[in-house]
Amino acid sequence: MGKVIVVTSGKGGVGKTTSTAALGAALAQRNERVVVVDFDVGLRNLDLVMGAERRVVYDLINVIQGEAKLSQALIRDKRLETLFLLPASQTRDKDNLTPEGVERVITELKRVFDWVICDSPAGIESGATLAMRHADMAVVVTNPEVSSVRDSDRIIGLLDSKTMKAERGERMEKHLLLTRYDANRAERGDMLKVEDVLEILSIPLIGIIPESMDVLRASNIGAPVTLADARSAPAMAYFDAARRLAGEVLPITIPGEKRGIFGKIFARRAA
Amino acid sequence: MTKMLTDARSIRIKGRSFLAVVLAPDLPFDDWLVRLDDLAARSAGFFLGRPVVLDVSDLPIDRAQLKDLITELAGRNVNIMGIEGGRPSILGPGMPPALKGGRPVSDEAVAKEPIIELRNGEAKPAAPEVRTALQSMLIREPVRSGQSVIFPEGDVTIIGSVASGAEIIAGGSIHIYGTLRGRAMAGSLGNASARIFCRKLEAELLAIDGIYKMAEDMAPGLRGQSVQLWLEGDSIIAEKLI
Repeated sequence: MGKVIVVTSGKGGVGKTTSTAALGAALAQRNERVVVVDFDVGLRNLDLVMGAERRVVYDLINVIQGEAKLSQALIRDKRLETLFLLPASQTRDKDNLTPEGVERVITELKRVFDWVICDSPAGIESGATLAMRHADMAVVVTNPEVSSVRDSDRIIGLLDSKTMKAERGERMEKHLLLTRYDANRAERGDMLKVEDVLEILSIPLIGIIPESMDVLRASNIGAPVTLADARSAPAMAYFDAARRLAGEVLPITIPGEKRGIFGKIFARRAA
Repeated sequence: MTKMLTDARSIRIKGRSFLAVVLAPDLPFDDWLVRLDDLAARSAGFFLGRPVVLDVSDLPIDRAQLKDLITELAGRNVNIMGIEGGRPSILGPGMPPALKGGRPVSDEAVAKEPIIELRNGEAKPAAPEVRTALQSMLIREPVRSGQSVIFPEGDVTIIGSVASGAEIIAGGSIHIYGTLRGRAMAGSLGNASARIFCRKLEAELLAIDGIYKMAEDMAPGLRGQSVQLWLEGDSIIAEKLI
């Protein structure tokens, strides 16, 4: 049985879709079977970031409504053969996303894939609650600023009350992914510090993704950053986050923080 | 023009919790009303004088249908005090207000709740409940933004922080072993000796026995400190805890 991850945040524009694609591609490069599912019905974007926008025939709503089989709607990535996309519908109404339909699709996906990564829409409406409903674990994407942190806090509350796991009385595993982190701005005090965000949200940190032009560039060419430029700083951070998701224990480095002399020597040797 | 406050007395805002019966109708309403009539025929006066909340969540109905249902219920002497789970689009003026944040109680509690009989239009107060033991509530995790903890029965202790946008309402005192960033209202049923304790004060609003204090009314020196707050007369006093 595969693991279901929801990538969620409450606030829009913090990097849910980018992170879904990047983590999906990173996990798929470990030779695990991964499907990324877009839950943002009406405002789909994951297909663009994955570079599959011209290959969408059927979508999640078609599958839920019984108009297409799951195998017909899944799009295999051209670069990684273990990576698949289940796109959202751009034209249909989001009310077509039914709890029963979502449950059926997720159950079927879990049987075939090692990882089912659900890209949640922003907000706390039915789209977002359905995306998290069947998750085994959650990646909470947060920017180091107050409004994003408070929205994430709200979402964590929902993860602990509105999901199947919570309703069965189990604990939902939640991980914080801090994105768009700018070391210079954090140093100047224009941004919340990592420890402040951790203190407010009090969930374990899975990675810090530095603010970088590489992310934007990757989105524009339609490739997850972990595929477009695997040596870039954000890609490396996503690779580490994916390894932590898979259960590895790695020390977390804060981007831009000067490494000690040992770190430098070690880095040179490794290179 | 700014209004001048001529009266120094503050306004008391208090919380009360009542046990309401929740009716969750299903479609079609005609069939449901027949079943309701059947129930009412078997237990006369079940809804009489009880606060009744209508739960319409997940029902695909429009405003006219809801209005008809309320009229039908009124014809059966069932007075609706609030509507739960209704989309704002189906609610409107002249309808009971929307309610949210209700907590389920056991069926026994509903059965035990004394029915207030209506006699000549005047309500006879229910006999005060005899309490056997003092109660307290313990929460072992952070209270997140948007969550509210309402415990009129006694003290609330939280091992963790209370986020901005979260609220704690307790009949007794509130103890927070973490940072208080949201709202805390102690002594909500009228208990002037209730206190609020927190390890780090960053609160948006504090209230004891209906007297409240906003963030900007607090002394700046208390921000980020371990603080206890209590009521003296009509003002909230704060003091650092070591």
